[in-house]
Amino acid sequence: MAKALLVFEDGRVFEGQGFGYEGVTTGEAVFQTGMSGYQETLTDPSYHRQIVVMTAPHIGNTGMNTTDEESHQIWVAGFVVRENSPVVSNWRAERSLDEELQRQEIVSISEVDTRAITRHLRDKGAMRAGIFSGEAANEPIAKLVERVQNTETMQGLDLSDEVSTRERYVIPAVGVKRFKVVALDLGIKSMTPELLSQRGIEVEVVPSTLSPTEFDALEMDGFFVSNGPGDPATAVQAIELVRHALSQRIPFFGICFGNQILGRALGFETYKLKFGHRGINQPVKDLQTNKVEITSHNHGFAVQAPLHEISETQFGRVRVSHVCLNDDVVEGLECLDRPAFSVQYHPEAAAGPHDSAYLFDRFLQLMENNA
Amino acid sequence: MPKRLDLDSVLVIGSGPIIIGQACEFDYSGTQACRVLKAEGIRVILVNSNPATIMTDPEFADATYIEPITVEFVEKVIAKERPSALLPTLGGQTALNVAMQLHEQGVLERYGVELIGADVDAIKRGENREQFREIVSMIGAESARSRVCHTMDEVLLAAEELGYPLVVRPSFTMGGSGSGFAHNEAELRDIATAGLLASPTTEVLIEESIFGWKEYELELMRDKHDNVVIVCSIENFDPMGVHTGDSITVAPAMTLTDREFQHMRDVGIEIIRKVGVDTGGCNIQFAVNPLDGRMIVIEMNPRVSRSSALASKATGFPIAKIAAKLAIGYTLDEIPNDITKKTPASFEPTLDYVVVKIPRFAFEKFPGANPKLTTHMKSVGEAMAIGRNFTEALQKALRSIEKKGSEFSFGDCEDDVAELLHETSYGHENRINAVQQALWCGASIEEVHEFSKIDRWFLAQIHLVNQVAKSLIDIEQLNAETLKRAKRMGFSDAQIAALRGLTLKEVRDLRHSFGIRPVYKTVDTCAAEFEAFTPYMYSSYDEENEVTPRSREAVFILGSGPNRIGQGIEFDYSCVHASLTLRELGYDTIMINCNPETVSTDYDTSSRLYFEPLTLEDVLEVIHVEAANGPIAGVICQLGGQTPLGLAKQLQDEGINILGTSPESIHRAEERGEFGAILESNDLVSPPFGVASSFEEARRHASVIGYPVLVRPSYVLGGRGMAIVYDEDSLAHYLKTATEIEPNHPVLIDRFLDDAIEIDVDALFDGKELFLAGVMEHIEEAGIHSGDSACTLPPITLSPNDIERIQDATSKIAQSVNVRGLINIQFALSADVLYVLEANPRASRTVPFVSKATNVPLAKAAARIAVGESIQDLRNRGILPLHDALTSTATEVIAVKEAVLPFSKFQGVDTVLGPEMKSTGEVMGINHSFGAAFLKAQLAANSKGLPRKGKAFVSVADRDKRSMIFPIKRLHDLGFEILATKGTADVLRRNGVKVVEVRKHSEGTGAFGETTIVEQIMNQEIDLIINTPHGRGAREDGYAIRTAASLRSIPSISTVQGLAATVQALEALLTAELSVQSLQEYAAQLAQTGH
Ligand SMILES: Nc1ncnc2c1ncn2[C@@H]1O[C@H](COP(=O)(O)OP(=O)(O)O)[C@@H](O)[C@H]1O
Ligand SMILES: Nc1ncnc2c1ncn2[C@@H]1O[C@H](COP(=O)(O)OP(=O)(O)O)[C@@H](O)[C@H]1O
Ligand SMILES: [Mg+2]
Ligand SMILES: [Mg+2]
Repeated sequence: MAKALLVFEDGRVFEGQGFGYEGVTTGEAVFQTGMSGYQETLTDPSYHRQIVVMTAPHIGNTGMNTTDEESHQIWVAGFVVRENSPVVSNWRAERSLDEELQRQEIVSISEVDTRAITRHLRDKGAMRAGIFSGEAANEPIAKLVERVQNTETMQGLDLSDEVSTRERYVIPAVGVKRFKVVALDLGIKSMTPELLSQRGIEVEVVPSTLSPTEFDALEMDGFFVSNGPGDPATAVQAIELVRHALSQRIPFFGICFGNQILGRALGFETYKLKFGHRGINQPVKDLQTNKVEITSHNHGFAVQAPLHEISETQFGRVRVSHVCLNDDVVEGLECLDRPAFSVQYHPEAAAGPHDSAYLFDRFLQLMENNA
Repeated sequence: MPKRLDLDSVLVIGSGPIIIGQACEFDYSGTQACRVLKAEGIRVILVNSNPATIMTDPEFADATYIEPITVEFVEKVIAKERPSALLPTLGGQTALNVAMQLHEQGVLERYGVELIGADVDAIKRGENREQFREIVSMIGAESARSRVCHTMDEVLLAAEELGYPLVVRPSFTMGGSGSGFAHNEAELRDIATAGLLASPTTEVLIEESIFGWKEYELELMRDKHDNVVIVCSIENFDPMGVHTGDSITVAPAMTLTDREFQHMRDVGIEIIRKVGVDTGGCNIQFAVNPLDGRMIVIEMNPRVSRSSALASKATGFPIAKIAAKLAIGYTLDEIPNDITKKTPASFEPTLDYVVVKIPRFAFEKFPGANPKLTTHMKSVGEAMAIGRNFTEALQKALRSIEKKGSEFSFGDCEDDVAELLHETSYGHENRINAVQQALWCGASIEEVHEFSKIDRWFLAQIHLVNQVAKSLIDIEQLNAETLKRAKRMGFSDAQIAALRGLTLKEVRDLRHSFGIRPVYKTVDTCAAEFEAFTPYMYSSYDEENEVTPRSREAVFILGSGPNRIGQGIEFDYSCVHASLTLRELGYDTIMINCNPETVSTDYDTSSRLYFEPLTLEDVLEVIHVEAANGPIAGVICQLGGQTPLGLAKQLQDEGINILGTSPESIHRAEERGEFGAILESNDLVSPPFGVASSFEEARRHASVIGYPVLVRPSYVLGGRGMAIVYDEDSLAHYLKTATEIEPNHPVLIDRFLDDAIEIDVDALFDGKELFLAGVMEHIEEAGIHSGDSACTLPPITLSPNDIERIQDATSKIAQSVNVRGLINIQFALSADVLYVLEANPRASRTVPFVSKATNVPLAKAAARIAVGESIQDLRNRGILPLHDALTSTATEVIAVKEAVLPFSKFQGVDTVLGPEMKSTGEVMGINHSFGAAFLKAQLAANSKGLPRKGKAFVSVADRDKRSMIFPIKRLHDLGFEILATKGTADVLRRNGVKVVEVRKHSEGTGAFGETTIVEQIMNQEIDLIINTPHGRGAREDGYAIRTAASLRSIPSISTVQGLAATVQALEALLTAELSVQSLQEYAAQLAQTGH
């Protein structure tokens, strides 16, 4: 395929080969360090509006299949890899990565120095970028840079509505139904309701626009807020909903964006990390048990909270339950006076290790204690 | 929870001699462990019989015991040192097995020694195949269907249940000893007999064959808090059926989705928990059915393994080092990641590159060995390469192997595609080349997959390589784009030159004119997420270069590449020493090497490490990039063996400064004519010789020189293709079969010195002064390669006058060759004439042995001479002793080196020794008498040791009959029953030795069922064998005897000199209590005796 350019807002340009869809795309460039799970990454709504750079050099080897999808579509704004696989080799593969990127019109680039790009993002921070392939790649560089500079920054973006479901839907419990959970979809991954349902929980997934009145009308044993893209500071409605749930002492569990929303609901600030955590090898310590779990991350924002002391909030005492050992970023919050907790990382994995699946059991426990 | 404070001293056990399946990766792991423990203030006591290791250098432990790794000797060390704990998981299977025996015999309990790093039950659960299977099924995972058997009857019953083909796998072994595939009962009986014997618990597993499935490995670590991390996943290019040690392997896994990988990870974690490895590392192997993903757990190794060394080098995560820290109480999150400094070790490395490992074999040394690769490991070394994609890593690895024809080639398709496809269907040394050729010659990926079962993804990558090769041929003018594309896929300039009909230099110049050069990236454990502080680099044709400027002057040290017979760990030893000492002197040292097993490729060893092939192209590019980043003093080529030595001249031609001995001097020593002139001008002699380009010429030379003669192709290494020829017929036969004689490939014909004593000398020369480091007298006579012969330091039968002559000759040769640094000379003393066999102007295989025996850091001294220090300086600074090393028996300490041979891995190969080197490793015995030192060396070299009593069988060549009488008599007096074949028996009887006559193999079983000697050996009725090869005739008998002895691992002596030494050893064994002493204690004694 034709030449393609990856252009950064600061003027740095990488030339490579276009693949997937030919055209132009822009977004926030971030790097992802997982060596497996590109399909899960592509279909994770949290990557909405982001151009994802894979640090693992060979991508596409196992093709694409239906079971490993985390949502019904690819969300990344653009895809950057070192080597796109010429063939597909896996007994579950249904089609190739290239075909799928074309079908879903995802502009992508390969044959670029992804390590140099990663180092650039690490040193300068996540920034806006654009992929220009085919005709578009022939425009003067200065023009392309300008185009990138004219796009929106992630900070201050409210994207929940763009990724959330429009309709409510229910995922039945596997086996005997023990509880019912309402899951606020801000970009939920399909593995999350699946893991809940495996534990005998019926999950009703609701749109991000759910109002407190609608909330009150729903029957539930627990409330869940999902992961998702965007700046948590803009998620005013969801934050209100969580405050509403906390005051009713409804058992609460939040993942990723959901953790930031709980944090803000409790009165903590959130901030943008320089280049974020995106990978499946991150060491997180449970500050209560001192055990380390290897976890899946995908977050560009984080909660600002004191690590080793208990904070007094409007909803009682709160402590930081988990911390990332690489950089001491807050990775979990636990309310001591309310049945509520959340983590910044992804216990549902997909992609990533299953070390943190116990958190779903903990949620179950909360609901049991509350029952 | 921090380090335990109750451990004052820890005993570390090494892995002993280098053997197939257990190589210098355990020097790497053991050295790391010793360093960690010492840095923690723990007294380190080390036992390892292998003198060629870095770990046995006196500075790495507080008490270093070069003693046999047997219960008896380790117990002595324990009794003497009373360590608080024993760390057995870093010395391979050898250390683990001896630790288990120490436990079972109550030794550990008796002396209150705690086992750390793994407990006995966990080791049993991991290693015992039956217990392990139970664990696998307990956690809901699957093993191959199998039966555990202890007798042949059980084996046959199992076969009936499971059906053929089957795999036989013994318990508690490594490297697949005694295992193999059986397609029918006859094969099963054969393999299972060996398997039952190989297992220390007489236990084998008979298992359904899952030949052709995908094979994977995971490296895991767990701490006492139950934190578990997967350090690395490895995928085998060769599907199930070829031992992972013999497979081409790739990291990370390339063809698993996240779901499949996480399932494997979950099962791995459950296994390490249930087996109960609670502080340390383990390796788990899996097979995956490519058709439906069904996953089977193959085995686990509850210790640091060959794969963990590879995984450490592949990821930058130092498994052994961390295992040692976990063993003394740390948890993973308390240990910092060396490379990023800021993040902890409790994470999983992520790679932004591809690593390929390729094994190196030595079948050419063992004619008659079956070169088919199976479940039983046969490779002797390996090379690893790193690239930013698979093809780059693969092609770099192929050229790192340094074997003719190992790189892909793209010639005309002369071979039949059907034949090529067949060649891909089973494991063998050149299978990957067959795969590439089959694809090149028109086979489809599907076809090759069908025959080979190699994953289509790998095949497609090789297909890409072929396509690029095709474009290189087709394109009219070689342009930048095509060239760059080829370089990005790992093509060497040499391959491109061959494809385009250009010279190497033309390709290089063209490439440089286009500005196409590699950049260097860092191995950083984290795919650049965090800054790396350790310059562990690899090349890639990518965009951004990460090499940073330096201010100190740099010295490059070229390593020795993959281990092979004749060039192994000994050379790595010298390279590491040079690096350590030059860093002390204030240089930046830059190591270039591609052997993942070594200490030299530990990122801690040098200021910078480049994991690169040792070819001119790759080395020049590294020098280029470093020259652009700081001052350079030069390159040291004389420590890594023949590989870097061969590059010296070419590097100099490119204007690079060679430190130490100059390429001109190297040439003077290596070129026969020039060297002959040097000898002549110094009144020294070499055996008369001639160079022949035709059979006629060879015949003429031989008859002038006189038989027997030694014939060899000119320009050979490690005695490749050498033979001793006794008459004209054999000469004709040799020239017909062993070598192509033609004007470009002449053959050298030397007078073979019969009954000569061979002497090895290592010395240092600085241009003015000679330091004679060691004179080693070989036990076996000249004609047995110096690397295979036992030797003693100091010599025991040479007179002061002999030694003076040797010293004088060494001095003259060093002077005339004009060496700067180390020189090794081999002499032969025959009928009181001192012949010079050869001179090697470089570090030799014996440097570490001499260093340990005499407590002189030779390699360090050589490196210092290379950068300009004089021997006088070194003496003044106490690095060299004031007087030359041990030359006479007046000193107290005697060290004996013994070679360790790989015959047990190559069934059916004649075990007779000759001028071609065959050993893979060595051990050292050190004591105050020759007998005791030789005995220790034997005990260390042979797992069965020497018998204290029983039946000794003797059968010697006529020329040896006279000299065997006395030692056999002595053997008889020591209580051995003597058996002999007719001729030998007659001589012994006439000399008053009571002897029982036995039937020869060629005579067959007697009329009344009298068994032949071979049958008796097979029935394990014989305890010691003395069989010297007969010059001519009766060879078959000798062959059968030696093969049987090797099959049954019965100590077997093949020279009369060896016999005499063995008898002395038996005397020591039977009469005296053997004591153990550390090198540090010997050093103190050497210092006292004025040395
Ligand atoms: N059931 C089997 N069918 C086919 N090949 C097998 C089977 N089991 C093992 N192998 C092959 O034999 C090799 C050696 O077996 P393994 O159990 O790992 O022994 P070792 O202890 O020598 O490493 C494996 O790497 C694999 O390729
Ligand atoms: N002329 C000779 N007579 C007897 N033995 C010899 C003679 N030349 C070489 N050898 C034997 O062959 C071995 C290998 O020969 P050498 O020249 O040292 O080759 P390499 O380069 O392989 O070390 C020596 O160690 C010695 O035992
Ligand atoms: Mg194995
Ligand atoms: Mg030699």
